[in-house]
Amino acid sequence: MVAHAIFFYVFSIIAVISAIMVTVSKNTVHSVFFLILDFISISCLFIMIGAEFLGMIMLIVYVGAVAVLFLFVVMMLNVAQQKNQWFNSESTSSSHIPVGLIISTIIFFELIIVVGGWKYKPELSNLNTSQIPNEISNTHSLGQVLYTDFIHIFQISGMILLIAMIGAIVLTFRRREGLKTQSYLKQISRERSEGIEVLEIPSNKGVKIDD
Amino acid sequence: MTDIGLGHYLTLGAVIFSIGVIGIFLNRKNIIVILMSIELILLAVNINLVSFSIYLGDLTGQVFTLFILTVAAAEAAIGLAIIVVYYRNAGTIRVEEIDKLKG
Repeated sequence: MVAHAIFFYVFSIIAVISAIMVTVSKNTVHSVFFLILDFISISCLFIMIGAEFLGMIMLIVYVGAVAVLFLFVVMMLNVAQQKNQWFNSESTSSSHIPVGLIISTIIFFELIIVVGGWKYKPELSNLNTSQIPNEISNTHSLGQVLYTDFIHIFQISGMILLIAMIGAIVLTFRRREGLKTQSYLKQISRERSEGIEVLEIPSNKGVKIDD
Repeated sequence: MTDIGLGHYLTLGAVIFSIGVIGIFLNRKNIIVILMSIELILLAVNINLVSFSIYLGDLTGQVFTLFILTVAAAEAAIGLAIIVVYYRNAGTIRVEEIDKLKG
């Protein structure tokens, strides 16, 4: 129990500090690195609490795909050296800062009040739709419900991924001007009549071509 | 103090959620950091769902965390594609200079 507490505090303190560093870091590349650290420590928490499949999936999806995507875009757009110094008020947009601080503080205290005063009814556990089985592993039990009870939502999430993929390709696709490429449609739709011409050649006069 | 319960995980989720909201409001320079703050907010939601799922003994929360992961990945891909297209057209992604809609 003490080990659980120690690991919880270590991982959560690392997560909170790296979340702060994501927002205040001056260099965007450093922000992405702290985002990766945040995801890793949260997935360690998930594994520790007993949701090991989700922890591993978080590592694969977030650290392996999303964070690397962010890193690619940051490096491609040449914004790494853009300083984001946002506490010197040189423009009118700095009036957002006190409002944002107030609103986030209010949100935080509301959530804390809910956590402190929260109590669920005992009969709520009777509403349990899919009980966690004790004898099989987390991955096994997730697989048992994911492909049976939640099959429609699973397929819809596949559709969402497909549409996101198509959308990202369509958005960033660019046809360059003046690029010499092979046009298969033009090639296979040539007719014999536009390719060759049969000429009647008068004798001793010849014929002029290419005019 | 050494007895970690549901409240500890919910507090961690609340802290990370608030940091994400602060990041959206405070960042006035770079729009990529705003997308990263949105990812932080989704992460806080995932923490809440998983901890409720474990402590109530209900597997549904973990299944829905999986779907939130899917939607977050799709959202990041589309958002970054929009940013790349905007940078190609306007030459900047500084938040102050994105004012085409006059908002």
